[in-house]
Amino acid sequence: MKRHLLSAGDLTRDDAELVLSTAEEMRSLADRPIKKLPALRGRTVVNLFFEDSTRTRISFEAAAKRLSADVINFAAKGSSLSKGESLKDTALTLEAMGADAVVVRHGASGAPHRLAHSGWVRSSVVNAGDGTHEHPTQALLDAFTMWRHLGESRPGGLEGRRVAIVGDVLHSRVARSNALLLRILGVEVTLVAPPTLLPVGVETWPVETSYDLDGVLPKADAVMMLRVQRERMNGGFFPTPREYSRRYGLDARRMATLQDHTIVMHPGPMVRGMEITADVADSARSVIVEQVTNGVAVRMAVLYLLLGGSEPFETPADEAPPEGRAPQGPPEREGDE
Amino acid sequence: MTSYLIQNVSVLGGAPTELLLKDGLIHDRYDEGKDRVEVIDATGLVALPGLVDLHTHLREPGREDAETVESGTAAAALGGFTAVHAMANTEPVADTAGVVEQVWRLGREAGHCDVRPVGAVTVGLDGERLAELGAMADSAAKVRVFSDDGRCVSDAVLMRRALEYVKAFDGVIAQHAQEPRLTEDAQMNEGELSGRLGLAGWPAVAEEAIIARDCLLAAHVGSRLHVCHVSTAGSVEIIRWAKSKGWNVTAEACPHHLLLTDDLAATYDPVYKVNPPLRSAADVEALREGLADGTIDVVATDHAPHPHEDKDCEWAAAAFGMLGLETALSIVQETMVDSGLLDWAAVAERMSYAPARIGRVHDHGHPVEAGQPANLVLYDPSVRRVVDASESASLSRNTPYAGMELPGQVVATFLRGRATVLDGKLQ
Repeated sequence: MKRHLLSAGDLTRDDAELVLSTAEEMRSLADRPIKKLPALRGRTVVNLFFEDSTRTRISFEAAAKRLSADVINFAAKGSSLSKGESLKDTALTLEAMGADAVVVRHGASGAPHRLAHSGWVRSSVVNAGDGTHEHPTQALLDAFTMWRHLGESRPGGLEGRRVAIVGDVLHSRVARSNALLLRILGVEVTLVAPPTLLPVGVETWPVETSYDLDGVLPKADAVMMLRVQRERMNGGFFPTPREYSRRYGLDARRMATLQDHTIVMHPGPMVRGMEITADVADSARSVIVEQVTNGVAVRMAVLYLLLGGSEPFETPADEAPPEGRAPQGPPEREGDE
Repeated sequence: MTSYLIQNVSVLGGAPTELLLKDGLIHDRYDEGKDRVEVIDATGLVALPGLVDLHTHLREPGREDAETVESGTAAAALGGFTAVHAMANTEPVADTAGVVEQVWRLGREAGHCDVRPVGAVTVGLDGERLAELGAMADSAAKVRVFSDDGRCVSDAVLMRRALEYVKAFDGVIAQHAQEPRLTEDAQMNEGELSGRLGLAGWPAVAEEAIIARDCLLAAHVGSRLHVCHVSTAGSVEIIRWAKSKGWNVTAEACPHHLLLTDDLAATYDPVYKVNPPLRSAADVEALREGLADGTIDVVATDHAPHPHEDKDCEWAAAAFGMLGLETALSIVQETMVDSGLLDWAAVAERMSYAPARIGRVHDHGHPVEAGQPANLVLYDPSVRRVVDASESASLSRNTPYAGMELPGQVVATFLRGRATVLDGKLQ
């Protein structure tokens, strides 16, 4: 792995598979009564969130804490875009506090890239979503979820599986990261959206595109529905929310055309009734809640691999819960909030 | 005033000759007994007429942290310019006779090159009603170029009226062609890369649609249109078509659009953020061709200084614009001369005669020959230099060429016979 995780496209297939297999080990921890490893004891992870995103922030926070890292949550209200403190000054402050990893969520595409490459900080930078660019840990957790359902028991893993990503691709960092990562893993991706919500140049992406959801669904092994943000609804990208739902929403009728093994995914937060109906979201095919669980495991894997260096992952022995080793180290010093 | 005898100089790349600069004029006869001169050995140097920039942001009044008339014109002189047009998007906006006269006066006081203020087309650049164009034309600044640069005069009726109105004093409307609705929040050239980087796209059509409309308007009312910073292949085609109709349309291209491409945005380094944005390699090629065949009349710098903090941030938060005065001639050499597309005579046309003609700058843009005002630049095309941002005379450092090796070096600049630059140093 490189020092930073800025784009899903930076990962090699080996990197991606290492994250997934590490996540699998991390996930087994979730089923234990004591969900903690000493791996990052004494290391500091800063969650630097310029945008509100409670779910992503707490997912990273849980991941870092389960690895025994110290966690500092830095909710920077307003970026330099709104004439607050500049990204640079915030970064310098965190650097001065000795952050080992900075998990950054920012409204401006490329902000994590700037953080990593401008000489402002020496720590590892993890992109937790930047503008309409990328959200690589979301893609990793999506891939991990798919792998558990569609790849684990097959030779070749996810190779050749078909995934439909449906909705506002134009503004979606989730779609961008997924398109890149799933390609690396050999998955065939089809982006489904009205033409107004597909980016210019999408024909050069390593994906198929379609305007016709009904044509794509029967062939898909996984269907990932993207949120349609409220501000897009009045942006003239489609005539009305109702028309959007009729053409691109996943409802029970459409769900009935899926193959038996096909799973339904959503990165959240959902707009029930818009891109997905409640009965689909709550159906047996839906792995939406599992995605959240997997998010913690994948983020543990990412932080572990970025900060733990090349050290092999210590699998706790079955008999001894991992926390059993903790007393030998320094006491917990979690600088939360 | 010191007289200069320039020996072995190649005027526009021609055979070595001798020029005497005396009393503000160029002479070809030197009387050894009578004239006391400083001799300059110009072996290997090319003499060009003093360059004229149609598009400079000097930032004063209002943003003296980015540039002043003094610092900007110093940079201009070092780049070989003897006259620059100062754009109107200052604070306050140059939309009254008072502001344009202030800028003009500051230019005279600095003395590095002549400053021709550009007047705003509309009050406050707001695109709602015409500024007092006549008052600016009649002022001491004698404004002939009017532009809301930075903003587009997007209202078709207002643009028509502006084009009509300036006919009374032989003015020209220099349009920043950018359809505002198509470019809301636009950050970079719209294309495959903008989609991948998640940066809002600035589509070529937003420039081309306005240029097409304005060419038709200029033809309809029989006025002069100048198109600022043409950046796309489609724009070049439209302007070529308008010229083929005999319409009075002129256009400029910027050095950065002749050299740099949009793939630099992948660095997310806002030093490459400029408006209009860096375009594709095909656009660069079309601009070079257009400049070579005369479709594009002028190279103009769009020198746009910004303080460090306005570029040392995330891309979306950064200001648009890059420095250009001190590197323009080198980039024209690199992209147009060394590639065989233009000879030095044609460079003189694109960077001196044509911009002076368009801006009605009567005492600039004349050939380097006896009897003409002694506005000229001595340029050494044989050297190569690595651009060092910290050496710039500009108060700002936002040059995209830092660390890049470019050909050529301005050795001396003369404004009415007075050296503003000598041995590559500001006088």
